[in-house]
Amino acid sequence: MSTVSNIVVIGNGPVGHKFLESLVESGKAADYNVVVFGEEPRPAYDRVHLTAWFETRDAADINMVKPGFYQDNGFVLHTHDKVVAIDRNKRTVTSEKGVTVAYDKIILATGSYPFVPPVPGHDRENVFVYRTIEDLEAITAAAEKGKTGAVIGGGLLGLEAAKALKDLDLQTHVVEFAPRLMAVQVDDGGGKMLRHKIEDLGVAVHTQKNTKSITDGESAVHKMSFADGEELEIDIIVFSAGIRPRDELAKSSDLAMGERGGIVINNSCQTSDDDIYAIGEVALWDNKIFGLIAPGNAMAQAACDHLTATGSSEFAGADMSTKLKLMGVDVASIGDAHGNTPDSRSYTYVNDRDEVYKKIVVSGDDKYLLGAVLIGDASEYGTLLQYMLNKMELPAEPEGMILPQTDGAATGLGVDALPDTAQLCSCLNVTKGDIVDAVACGATNMGDIKESTKAATGCGGCSALVTQVLNSELEKLGVEVNTDLCEHFAYTRQDLYNIIRVENIRTFDELLEKHGKGLGCEICKPTAGSLLASCWNDYILKDNLQSLQDTNDYFMGNMQKDGTYSVVPRVAGGEITPEKLIVLGEVAKEYDLYTKITGGQRIDLFGARSEQLPAIWKTLIDAGFETGHAYGKSLRTVKSCVGSTWCRYGVQDSMGMSLILENRYKGLRSPHKLKMAVSGCTRECAEAQSKDVGVIATENGWNMYVCGNGGMKPRHADLFASDLDDETLLKYIDRFFMFYVRTGDRLQRTSVWMDNMEGGLDYLKSVIIDDKLGVCAELEAEMEHVVDTYQCEWKTTIEDSEKVKRFEHFVNSDAVDDNVKFEREREQIRPVSKSIEFVEVS
Amino acid sequence: MSNWADICSIDEILPNMGRCALVDGEQVAIFRVKTIGQDIDDQFYAVNNFCPFSDANIISRGIVGSISDQVVVASPLYKQRFDLATGQCIEDESISLKTYPVRIAGDKIQLAA
Ligand code: SRM
Ligand SMILES: Cc1cc2nc3c(=O)[nH]c(=O)nc-3n(C[C@H](O)[C@H](O)[C@H](O)COP(=O)(O)OP(=O)(O)OC[C@H]3O[C@@H](n4cnc5c(N)ncnc54)[C@H](O)[C@@H]3O)c2cc1C
Ligand code: SF4
Ligand code: FES
Repeated sequence: MSTVSNIVVIGNGPVGHKFLESLVESGKAADYNVVVFGEEPRPAYDRVHLTAWFETRDAADINMVKPGFYQDNGFVLHTHDKVVAIDRNKRTVTSEKGVTVAYDKIILATGSYPFVPPVPGHDRENVFVYRTIEDLEAITAAAEKGKTGAVIGGGLLGLEAAKALKDLDLQTHVVEFAPRLMAVQVDDGGGKMLRHKIEDLGVAVHTQKNTKSITDGESAVHKMSFADGEELEIDIIVFSAGIRPRDELAKSSDLAMGERGGIVINNSCQTSDDDIYAIGEVALWDNKIFGLIAPGNAMAQAACDHLTATGSSEFAGADMSTKLKLMGVDVASIGDAHGNTPDSRSYTYVNDRDEVYKKIVVSGDDKYLLGAVLIGDASEYGTLLQYMLNKMELPAEPEGMILPQTDGAATGLGVDALPDTAQLCSCLNVTKGDIVDAVACGATNMGDIKESTKAATGCGGCSALVTQVLNSELEKLGVEVNTDLCEHFAYTRQDLYNIIRVENIRTFDELLEKHGKGLGCEICKPTAGSLLASCWNDYILKDNLQSLQDTNDYFMGNMQKDGTYSVVPRVAGGEITPEKLIVLGEVAKEYDLYTKITGGQRIDLFGARSEQLPAIWKTLIDAGFETGHAYGKSLRTVKSCVGSTWCRYGVQDSMGMSLILENRYKGLRSPHKLKMAVSGCTRECAEAQSKDVGVIATENGWNMYVCGNGGMKPRHADLFASDLDDETLLKYIDRFFMFYVRTGDRLQRTSVWMDNMEGGLDYLKSVIIDDKLGVCAELEAEMEHVVDTYQCEWKTTIEDSEKVKRFEHFVNSDAVDDNVKFEREREQIRPVSKSIEFVEVS
Repeated sequence: MSNWADICSIDEILPNMGRCALVDGEQVAIFRVKTIGQDIDDQFYAVNNFCPFSDANIISRGIVGSISDQVVVASPLYKQRFDLATGQCIEDESISLKTYPVRIAGDKIQLAA
């Protein structure tokens, strides 16, 4: 291309941004001058996850723009500047701030705005909509002063907004004009069940209520008056009564529009002017507006393909099936949920006890699925959606698809029947074929799949189905999905945990005799040792436990490459007195140990021979130290920052909290090591978001983060709960750790555990915060036992002369191992360098 | 060859664990293997304590286990396993540990020196 042409993108929402990303992916970005206008004060953010803003109240957390995205690609972005005119004759675009740019092509991605019915009083103060970060900021500020809130509109977004008000500690009401909630997606029966569920969340539901006016209240800010004569006194009102396309620019520049608004587009997303495209929620295709993100993304791709002539995708309509993303409330609607198709049949399953309602709508001959409604249990969502989208033939008795399985019979045809083109993840547009390819390239678990295909990283609604495809593919490849721990136990680590608990098993011998075979091995023995310790917390060198311990646990130090050990006393929270520092220095000097400050805010002394360990530890323990468990699959350190005591920014005593945490969880044996950190403010000097559990101080308490990891595959921790008081924080951490101890795999860090957990973070929250499994009391009691039975295993050891003897290198001589040799480097010892070639096994 | 030397008493090596002995300047790892739930005497094995993969004297500190009927020890550093009866490394055919005759006399463990 010789002349560079100008593209002007109007609107910097998720879909406008998707267009820019597609442009970059097409490899043609350099052929264009791209200028983007966005009315909002910040670059594109993820509106679908708008509600997540409340978790941190930090816009950065839902930002969609990778660092350097605009600069690297030469895109010019004008934020906070609305386009006010398109001059199709002069071919220019002009903004509110007076910027005028020439265009060759325009992308209109102006989205939509919340519709506010012209009820008298709708423009009063403390009346809001729910669309932008600014809206949420205003609602949050108002909530601090108010006690009650109402959402007008009981649709998908209205319910999400209601949950948000509830979480802001407002007494919350939903006011719906129709006779039921989510009237568009859900039928009468489902609506009833849904209502129960929402009421269970503590939200009052009012249906068939037509708001006539909003006036001054007596006991609250407003009084809402309804057509039926009833009234509701309320402090805060949020309108969520539908959306309208922001088509004003199209109107003023004479583009073809729909009768009720929206800019008419063809399959390439061109408007009535070939040089102007419209995509996202502002576009009208086949007389329909699509208020979901997936169709918007598909439009962005189609427009980009057409404009750059690099692809051939066309927009061909989109499926409007949806799943509500409210914690603890499963609601899904697929296709023709109301059975409007002539001659269709429906099957319904209702279970009042568990509050489950499921309905499928099928063709008159029972062959094809047309629609479905699932309330209370949406686990079949993925499968049913695939049946409908791919027009797959239903099993002979289609009702089996939604009936509870009592005889273990499989529902439907299973994932094998899906064509490779079936889109499993609509958020990220991942097909079954993509998953199959990923498995063929070596993916063996959900973590791998997420990383290589991005499937299930959006709304998460597809994760059950993706897991099924993954497992079925693994099986086909002959990758036996063998979850046996090793040849001695035909059980998983989880199974063994349950067996040990339920049968009250105290030794490995008993476990092996009852449930295993052979002698055991270097895999099952340490695993059993760890499980027994998590459950009963006996001294690890007890006679019948010591042979299970890996050498590091046995010698209570990490074996180094030359067979010597390291000595790492606990320095809780990294806080240490000068006296103790001196003792460490003296010990290091006396035994000539290599001394280093670790990455975990403590001091490591290297090069101790096994026979020196008891004497070294005796000196340390006499000086008040205890073991640091640097060797165990157990709590390592709680990294800290100085916090409010010294730091000018600190808002809580992070140092004090790190001590509480380290002293509480020290000695807890777990599937893999555990690391924690506490920061005194959001500057995060303790790097808490890279830890298994991170705690960050807020004005009101503590934010708790979980499942972070440094190491080989870093993972940012997820925000788990906000503004906790000390007691709740400890309670949640107790439950979190014990749930991990119960369900983690051997040597699986919490990060990988989370990435493989079906339901992910929301599931974990439902277990730990809402006690969905009813196990929280047990988890807390189990943790209490571990905390109460803590002992410093080095102290116990040096007090037992029989144990101490076993640290001698030779059973029959006082000689020392003459193979251990040191040389000096930078004034300290180091193992004599020799080039060794080793094969690393497992 | 029939020069048996007392090394230590049986109790000094715990079931399913190893200890290292110094015999004529050589380091020997002695293991006592107990089969759980079966009424057979504990078995004793002796192999060289030097791990050829890490060049360190550490074999006696490995975990004892089995692969089918083979009794093995896993080196504590890089986890290669060795058949205790033959010294053969499972992961690398070309490597094996020297083995030593070991027996029980009264309450003593003896090695042939
Ligand atoms: C000493 C230290 C390095 C240092 O010189 O500073 C260290 C040394 C070892 N690390 Fe580490 N790690 C040390 C901090 C870290 C950190 C930083 C941190 O904790 O803030 C990380 C990344 C954070 C994390 O774990 O998420 C770290 C990630 C690892 C990993 C990779 C874990 C992963 O999930 O990918 C391993 C391998 C493993 O555990 O399987 C490892 C394993 C080891 C072992 C235990 C390897 C071994 O089995 O011999 C090293 C033995 C140390 C010894 O003999 O005492 N070390 N290691 C640090 C000790 C901190 C402490 O006071 O306890
Ligand atoms: C709370 C909430 C939850 C949601 N949940 C889901 C969900 O679970 N699943 C789902 O699929 N969808 C969901 N949606 C819908 C989804 O967010 C929208 O489909 C998506 O944002 C549409 O993107 P868009 O870019 O077309 O429009 P928008 O997001 O509206 O972006 C348009 C942008 O253009 C700007 N703009 C408008 N006019 C101009 C102008 N003249 N000049 C410059 N800039 C202008 C606007 O300020 C805005 O920033 C949700 C929406 C909300 C509000
Ligand atoms: S995290 Fe905050 S309180 Fe802690 S040291 Fe850093 S700036 Fe200070
Ligand atoms: S469908 Fe939303 S993440 Fe896959």
